[in-house]
Amino acid sequence: MVQLTEVTKYYGPKRALGPVSCEIGKGDTVGFLGLNGVGKTTLLRILACGLRPSSGRVEIDGFDVLRSPHEVRKRVGYLPETPPVYRDMTVRDYLAFAGRIKGMTAEAIARRVPEVEARTRISEVSDMPTGHLSEGFRQRVGVAQAIVHEPELLILDEPTHDLDPVQIVEMRRMIRSLKDSHTILISSHILPEISQTCDRLLILDDGEIVATGTEEELSGTLVRTRRMTVTIRLGGSDGTDRTSADAEAAIRGVTGVTRTEVADGGGDGAVTFEVEGEEDLRGAVCRALVEGGHEVIALARSERGLERVFVDLVGGERS
Amino acid sequence: MGATGIIFRRELRAYLRSPMGYIVAAVVLLLDGVLFYAVALGPNAGQLLSGEALRGFFYNASGMTAVAAVALSIRLIAEDRQTGTLLLLETSPVKDWEIVLGKFLSALAFLWGITLATAYIPLLLLVNGKIALGHILVGYLGMLFLGGAVLAIGLFATALTRHQLVAAAVASVITGSMFLFSTLARVVGAPLAFVLDALTLHDHRWTGFGSGVLNLSDAFYYAAVAYFFLYAATRVMELKRWE
Repeated sequence: MVQLTEVTKYYGPKRALGPVSCEIGKGDTVGFLGLNGVGKTTLLRILACGLRPSSGRVEIDGFDVLRSPHEVRKRVGYLPETPPVYRDMTVRDYLAFAGRIKGMTAEAIARRVPEVEARTRISEVSDMPTGHLSEGFRQRVGVAQAIVHEPELLILDEPTHDLDPVQIVEMRRMIRSLKDSHTILISSHILPEISQTCDRLLILDDGEIVATGTEEELSGTLVRTRRMTVTIRLGGSDGTDRTSADAEAAIRGVTGVTRTEVADGGGDGAVTFEVEGEEDLRGAVCRALVEGGHEVIALARSERGLERVFVDLVGGERS
Repeated sequence: MGATGIIFRRELRAYLRSPMGYIVAAVVLLLDGVLFYAVALGPNAGQLLSGEALRGFFYNASGMTAVAAVALSIRLIAEDRQTGTLLLLETSPVKDWEIVLGKFLSALAFLWGITLATAYIPLLLLVNGKIALGHILVGYLGMLFLGGAVLAIGLFATALTRHQLVAAAVASVITGSMFLFSTLARVVGAPLAFVLDALTLHDHRWTGFGSGVLNLSDAFYYAAVAYFFLYAATRVMELKRWE
């Protein structure tokens, strides 16, 4: 569906993007993850034919963005970071305008606009000027204009930008509901946005793709260290006086453990340790603690693997 | 309906919905009326022939039309760039010249509406004095040509920047300079004087229209200025994609 070959973009002498090469298949939902200013928006605007690359080749559904921009634009729906809404127009008029400008017939618009309003849950504000809407509704109107002409490729640049937590959850739900009918590209600098909605991730840093894969692939291949948290009740399981230091020593005694530290200091009669090892040591650590007379009340594999990948890849040098 | 027509309709509705459009219209109509009163109805009442009063009205109204054209044009692309709505147009299957032309025609239609609303003044002269209907028609035709040329200059300025004040300044400087070309031509030597005089936006270019004489060369000149700046605006939009 999308093929990028050695794509670069320069603003004057400054390189904003590339060289970037990647391929995205039909029906994929792909997240572009990176800190602010690493080239995500530039890349998405090139894909949406709103910006020309300085070099390289970009093809959408077999059409080159430079040679056949109109064919590409017919197949792409684009939601920029700020929804491109005319604040003096009502939602219905705006969506009809967006449909017309994207080449839809009057009949298709009459059929499609109510459908899109229902799908993005904006029917109730259909007659209101977009300038009177909340950020959440305006963002949904932005999604509606992006899908009104039934594009094969949907590009969403920071779709949860400026939304409150409830609106973020609704937006995620809406994006997931669109996955069955579109190839979707989403950009964000917020990890959960990407990991909760996308099948595949592309991590960008300094204008280049530094890692790509599913969440499991990235966590598995790039994070050699396995993390877990283990919580014990102070005092021990046999009435004897077991201390936090005893438990820490027991954990350190397990073969394969490379690091352990107290994550939560035990103010409520329990203490939580964060443990790292080169393999999954949950069983061994649990056994060692129980054999040492400690009462284990919680044991879990750390779910911060992807976050760690992200920080290692793009945040490490800056911190 | 093509993309130009779709954009034309949207932009014209935007003028009709915005306070800015009505403020410009109100100021133009007020000042045109006041200036006509000062020239023909105030202390000078009865001293001017009807034709002279009409020529004076067209002269003042042409200046007001130019000012109104600058005021109406500065939002056309700069506002879209500022609010992000230009991205909707740029990522739709629409050519840059269609965007420019649609916006230009909408502003021109609104400007024509304002200009034609002053028609009561020459009609007063027609009823109470002795003037040719052709004089009125040619005078209005001249204002439409001049307005179109200045609108195109404003559109070019608004394509350059996302800031409407900067666009207003650029449009005012270009328009003002072109108004003063004939004055400058009197103080510089040939061949620059010839070039400046030929390119002047008012003065002898306006004399024919104001007097009810339709010179095709003047009409062609205004059309050429409009074409040049619309083409420049389109090129600016294309180049900004390469920035």
